[in-house]
Amino acid sequence: MRIRTRFAAFAACLALPFTAAQAVELEVTHWWTSGGEAAAVAEFAKAFNATGNKWVDGAIAGSGGTARPIMISRITGGDPMAATQFNHGRQAEELVEAGLMRDLTAEAKAGNWANLVHPKSLLDACTLDGKIYCVPVNIHSWQWIWLSHKAFKDAGIAVPTNWDEFVAAGPALEKAGKIPLAMGQQSWQSSGAFNVLMVSIAGPDIYSRVYKDKDAELAAGPEVAKVFKAADDARRLAAKSKVQDWNQATNMVITGQAGGQIMGDWAQGEFQVANQVAGKDYTCLPGLGVNEVISTGGDAFYFPKLDDAAKTKAQGQLASLMMTKEVQVNFNLKKGSLPVRGDVDLASANDCMKKGLGILAKGNIVADVNQLMSPDSLGQVNDLFVEFFNNPSITKEDAQKQFADIVEDAD
Amino acid sequence: MSETVSDPGLGEPFGPKPRKRFSRRNIFIYGTLIFVSLYYLLPLYVMVATSLKGMPEIRLGNVFAPPVDITFAPWVKAWAEACTGLNCDGLSRGFWNSVRITVPSVVVSIIIASVNGYALANWRFKGSDTFFTILIVGAFIPYQVMIYPIVIVLREIGLYGSIWGLVIVHSIFGMPILTLLFRNYFTSIPEELFKAARVDGASFWGIYFKIMLPMALPIFVVAIILQVTGIWNDFLFGVIYTKPDTYPMTVQLNNIVNSVQGVKEYNVNMAATILTGIVPLVIYFISGKLFVRGIAEGAVKG
Amino acid sequence: MSAGKRPVQLWRNLSAKIAAIPMILTALVIFVGCSLWTVFYSFTNSKLLPKVKFVGLNQYERLWSTNRWLISIENLVIYGICTLIFSLLIGFLLAALLDQKIRFENTFRSILLYPFALSFIVTGLVWQWVLNPQFGIQKIIRDLGFENFAFDPLYNPDIVIYGVLIAGLWQGTGLIMCLMLAGIRGIDQEIWKAARIDGIQTWKTYVFIVIPMMRPVFITSLVIIASGIVRVYDLVVAQTGGGPGIASEVPAKYVYDYMFQNQNLGQGFAASTMMLLTVAIVIVPWAYLEFGSKKHV
Repeated sequence: MRIRTRFAAFAACLALPFTAAQAVELEVTHWWTSGGEAAAVAEFAKAFNATGNKWVDGAIAGSGGTARPIMISRITGGDPMAATQFNHGRQAEELVEAGLMRDLTAEAKAGNWANLVHPKSLLDACTLDGKIYCVPVNIHSWQWIWLSHKAFKDAGIAVPTNWDEFVAAGPALEKAGKIPLAMGQQSWQSSGAFNVLMVSIAGPDIYSRVYKDKDAELAAGPEVAKVFKAADDARRLAAKSKVQDWNQATNMVITGQAGGQIMGDWAQGEFQVANQVAGKDYTCLPGLGVNEVISTGGDAFYFPKLDDAAKTKAQGQLASLMMTKEVQVNFNLKKGSLPVRGDVDLASANDCMKKGLGILAKGNIVADVNQLMSPDSLGQVNDLFVEFFNNPSITKEDAQKQFADIVEDAD
Repeated sequence: MSETVSDPGLGEPFGPKPRKRFSRRNIFIYGTLIFVSLYYLLPLYVMVATSLKGMPEIRLGNVFAPPVDITFAPWVKAWAEACTGLNCDGLSRGFWNSVRITVPSVVVSIIIASVNGYALANWRFKGSDTFFTILIVGAFIPYQVMIYPIVIVLREIGLYGSIWGLVIVHSIFGMPILTLLFRNYFTSIPEELFKAARVDGASFWGIYFKIMLPMALPIFVVAIILQVTGIWNDFLFGVIYTKPDTYPMTVQLNNIVNSVQGVKEYNVNMAATILTGIVPLVIYFISGKLFVRGIAEGAVKG
Repeated sequence: MSAGKRPVQLWRNLSAKIAAIPMILTALVIFVGCSLWTVFYSFTNSKLLPKVKFVGLNQYERLWSTNRWLISIENLVIYGICTLIFSLLIGFLLAALLDQKIRFENTFRSILLYPFALSFIVTGLVWQWVLNPQFGIQKIIRDLGFENFAFDPLYNPDIVIYGVLIAGLWQGTGLIMCLMLAGIRGIDQEIWKAARIDGIQTWKTYVFIVIPMMRPVFITSLVIIASGIVRVYDLVVAQTGGGPGIASEVPAKYVYDYMFQNQNLGQGFAASTMMLLTVAIVIVPWAYLEFGSKKHV
C-alpha cells in the first residue's frame, strides 16, 4: 500500500512538467499520515494534479491536536494555506464568522451539492447564513467494534455477536493470554469509546438528548448509568492495554493479541493495509451489535480567503473536484470511509463498508458529537474519560456525576 | 577525546592531589564516575543499538541487547524514504531548511544579546536595570502563553510566515539567558580598559568592536553553542511561524515519529532521532572544552 | 560600574539607548505587552478568536474547579522541587568529582554534557523507550529471573511524574555540572592552600568555603533550571502525552491544549495568567534585588 502511495506521488511528479506553464500551487494542510490515510490523500492529489495544478502537501502528524494550532495560527496570522482539513462540525465555526474562510456557494450550486450530499446534515454543518463554506469529503462513523477471529479461535470460543457476549468472553480471552479489549491511551479514544457505548447501549434518543439538548438530569439518571456500567466493564477489559495510538491498538487486533477494539470505521484502512478480509480474519459489528445506528461525522475541507486570483480559482477547482463521483469513490475506498454522495455505487466496497452503507440508506443515523458540542465542552469530556479509563480508583458513580456537571455547563 | 589531565585554559583542578593509583579514594571517584557515565550513555546506546536492528529483532529482544543482524535500512529510510502524508523523502527535505533557519537566527540573536549585555554592563542608562529585570522575568514565561499574541504582532508588522519572522521569534526567546551571560562577561572585564578607551575618545561602537568583541570570544562560543542547539531542536516555533516549504527538520522528525503505519517502527524512529540530533551533538563533542572555558569566564563572574 | 561613572552627556547615552532598542522593545512589547494582553483577555469568554466580551472571573472559577488543572499544579510542584534540588546537588557533586585531578576528565565531561544537545522531544522518546515495560528495564530484570519485578513508571499514575523527572535530570544536569565546574575552577588557589594548611577537611572546604563563593554560578544555574521547570512541556508531550489518564499533566500543557485544541482562549489565558502571577510573585522581587540594584555590578 505504501508503495502505491509513493508511486502516486511519483506519478504526480512526472505529470507536472507537461503542465508546469500554468500550474498553480495550492498548499493543503491535513493530519492524515497513517498508511491508509496517506493513500487516500494521494487520490486527491492525483486528481488535482491532473487538472494541471499542483498539490503541495502540508501534512502534520500527530492527529488534530498537533495540527490544529498550526492551522489556526496560519489563518489568523494572515498567511493561510490554500485549503485545510477540519473535523466536520464546530471547529472552524468562528473562523467562518470572522470572514476568514472563502464562500463556496457558487461551486456548490454548479455541482448541485444540495441534492447530492447525503445525509443532508453534512452540508448543513458547512452552512452558515445560507452560504456554504466547506466541502464534506467523507462520512466516518464511530460505532464499530472490530473483533479478531484469531484471538477468539486461540481462546476456543465463538466470535461474539454483540457487546454482552463480548464482555462475557472476557475471562476466556484473558485465560488464553489475550488482552480482551485493545484501547489507545489518548483522550479522544477514551471519550470516543464512551460515546459509542452511549449510542449503542442507551440508544440514539438518549444520546441526542444528552449531547444535543444538554439534558443534565438525564445524564445523571439511570439510563446513562447503564452506559457507565458498560464503560466500567470496558475499562476492566482494557486494563492491560498499554499502547498510545489507535492504530497500535488496531494492530493488536490484527495480530490476534487482543480480542477487539472499539474504534471508528477508519480502523478498516489498517485491516486493509494488512491484507485482512472482513468476515474471514476479522468481524465488524456496527453499533456494537446492539443498536445498529451510526453517527455521521467526518472530515471537511475549508478554503481560507486568499488574495491571489489564480489561487482562488484553483481553490474552486479543488473544491469541485473533491465532490466528483470518481474522486469520492477512489478516496473513500482507500480511507475506509463512506462517500458523502448518495448516488455512488461502491461495488468494490468490502463487507464492513457495505454494512455501513446499508445502515446509512436506512437512515439510522445520529449526528456526530463534533457537530453537537463545542470543542471546549468536548475537551472536558475527553479529560474526564481519559482519567476514568486509566484510573480505576474513580468509581462509575463519581464519573457520572462529573459527566452530568459537564453536560449542564456545556455549549 | 584526549587524555590530558586538565586543560591549562581551564585552570588547574584545585582539589587535593591523589596520592596512590588504587587508593580507596580513587576507586570511589572513578567507580562513581563510571557508574554515572553508564547512566548517561545508556539512552544513547539504546538509540544507536535500536536503530541498527530490524523490526523482528526489536520485537523479540530487549532494548539493551546488542544488534545481532546489523542493518542500515532504518537510517536510509529515516533520511530519505519515510513518508509524511504524500512526501516520502524523509528527513532530508528539512535539513537545509534547518540550516537556513538556524544560521540567521543564531547570528541575529547573538548580535542583539551581545550589544545588550555590553550596554547593560558598561553604558547603563536610566531604566536599563528595569528592562533587564523584565527580560530575566521573561525567561520564565512559558512559550505557549506567547504564541498567540506573537502571531498577532508578526501579522501587524507583516513578517508572519517568513523566515525573518521566525528569526525575530528566536532572538526574542534567546535574549534573556544570552543577555545575562554577556552582561556578566562584560562586567568581568577590567574597568580600567574601558575607562582608558573612554579617555582616548572612543565611542560606544568603537569600544564594542575594538576592545570588547575581541576579548569576548569565549562567551561568543558559549552563546553560539547554546543557540545552535536551541534553535536546531525547536519544533514549536518552526512549525507555527513558517510554511511547509520552510519547515525545519524537527517537523519531519515529529511526522516520522507520530505517523504510525501499523506498528511503530522504533528503529526508524531512533535513526531519525539521531540524525536530527547529530548537528548539535557534533558541535558539543568538538567544542566541549571551549564551552566549559567560556562558561567559566562568562557565567561565573557577575 | 557605579552610578557616578555613568556618562553624563545625553548623546553618549543615546547610542547605548539606540543599541538597546531591540531589548527595550522585547521587554515592553513582548514580555510586558503580550502578558497584559493575555491578562486582559482572560476576563473574556474568547473561544477560537479573541473577543472583548467580559465574563468577570468565570474563567478563573472554572479553572480552579477543574481537576486537571489541580493535578497539573501538583505535578509542577513535585517536578519543580525535585528538579531544583537534584540538579543543583548532582551538578555540584559531579563537578566536585571531576575536580579531583582525574584522568579522562574531558571524556567524562563530554559524556555528562551531551544529553543537553538533544531536544526534550528526543529525550522524552528515548526514555519512553527505556522505561517501556515490554522492552525496557523491566523486561531485562524479569529476564534475569525476577519474574515479579515491576518498574513501569510511565504506566503508573502515582509515580509517572518521577519517570518524567528521570528524563529531565538526564537532559539537564550536564549543563549545571559544567557551570559548577567552571565556578569551582574560578576560585582562587590560595584559598585551597589556606584551607589545607588549616587542616580543614576537603568536604568542609567545599561546603563552607567554596559554595558560598560560587554565588553567581548558583544564580545563573537557578535561572536556567527554574525557567526550564516553569516551561516544561515538550518533555511531557513526547514522553507520556500527559498520561496515563491525566496523571502527568503540567500547566503549560493545560494552557496550550485549552487555547488551541479545546478552542477556549479565555480559559487558556486564565491559566497563563495564574502562571504569570506565580512567576511574578516569586521571581520579580528576587530578580529586582539581584539585577536591579547596583551593588552586585
